[in-house]
Amino acid sequence: MNSSDFEFLSSLLYKQSGLVLTPDKGYLLETRLQPVARSHGLNSIEQIVSTLRSRRDERLVNSITDAMTTNESLFFRDRTPFEQFKTVVLPKLLETRAAKKQIRIWSAACSSGQEPYSLSMILDELSARLAGWRIEIIATDISSEMIARARSGIYSQFEVQRGLPVQLLVKYFQQDGDRWQLNEKIRRMVTFREFNLLQDPRALGNFDVVFCRNVLIYFDQNTKRQVLDGISRQMAPDGYLYLGGAETVISITDKFQPVKGQRGMYMPTGAGGQKAAI
Amino acid sequence: MKTCLIVDDSKVVRMVARKILEELKFETSEAEDGQIALDVCKAELPDAVLLDWNMPVMSGIEFLRELRKLPEGDRPLVVFCTTENDMAHIQEALAAGANEYIMKPFDSEIIETKFSQIGLL
Ligand SMILES: C[S@@+](CC[C@H](N)C(=O)[O-])C[C@H]1O[C@@H](n2cnc3c(N)ncnc32)[C@H](O)[C@@H]1O
Repeated sequence: MNSSDFEFLSSLLYKQSGLVLTPDKGYLLETRLQPVARSHGLNSIEQIVSTLRSRRDERLVNSITDAMTTNESLFFRDRTPFEQFKTVVLPKLLETRAAKKQIRIWSAACSSGQEPYSLSMILDELSARLAGWRIEIIATDISSEMIARARSGIYSQFEVQRGLPVQLLVKYFQQDGDRWQLNEKIRRMVTFREFNLLQDPRALGNFDVVFCRNVLIYFDQNTKRQVLDGISRQMAPDGYLYLGGAETVISITDKFQPVKGQRGMYMPTGAGGQKAAI
Repeated sequence: MKTCLIVDDSKVVRMVARKILEELKFETSEAEDGQIALDVCKAELPDAVLLDWNMPVMSGIEFLRELRKLPEGDRPLVVFCTTENDMAHIQEALAAGANEYIMKPFDSEIIETKFSQIGLL
């Protein structure tokens, strides 16, 4: 691929999704965009570029971002955040939100849905303590394909064996050959929506807990800051933010600070600058 | 070092599983059917058992029921690893006292996550 085509495609990707593609990743574009070209009736990547130079084809642009983003996910990824959510965050929220009895959770790059569904299974397990509460889980992703998959709640045998305890598989899934589908009750606890993190999240409302895991790693510093600042404006001052194991807020934004002793967990910086602790 | 008994009538599967488990720092031993596995357990209980279902002489589920009757036989954590991949078998295994269940084909990642979920890692 010539360098002006690479420039064109990487800048398109960056503007569209925030994904940063360094020139050494040219081969990735080549291998992943071949099938995209074919499925759009084009012969080559050069043709993709010339088509897009002449007019903006939304479908083609979406296929390109879909092909270039990593969608890998698993149930209860890294385990600890979900343990913390269950044993630390939720009890705390049940205390502080006792008057309103309302909790809103956002899974901000939910991919095929394992993250929000892990949360709904946790909530269902605790349903006795949550009677009378209104708990909303909003799950978003830039990819319409991922949102459709997530909504279906259908997973392969391989996927249901990654992170999901077998007791929960038996309790919450129905088998259909080598596919496994989450039951309707668990699926209905999550509202899925397409949403690009580069946009203003105001329309999504306010949240008590945000999971924004394993997506910031693909962005540059500026985009990370912009996304985190956007999230911070939608968060309750005593809310909780979860990032992925390789992500942090440190030296990116001062809107959040790490919670002491709780890895991967952050809280909005208090007005008085007090240390986050729970 | 934790010990894991690998029970499978296929030598190839035992070898693959042993490689993965040794990588995860287990001391492994092997048995080719449920009866041999039971004899091993009567001599000394392992910390974990990776267990096939269909085997000659004594099947995995029969072995598990016998194991759970032994003194302290509820101690070893038992992970099925089998081509029996339907809900009915999984439920039967859990009822008999299995701790986790792997549907073949498996890879090192599945073994690792399943073992860590039940506190073996
Ligand atoms: C590696 S997955 C992470 C899934 C899940 N959060 C987890 O931790 O397992 C990253 C997801 O981020 C999504 N993504 C990438 N850029 C995005 C953007 N600008 N806005 C929203 N989602 C985006 C991708 O479509 C992909 O599904």
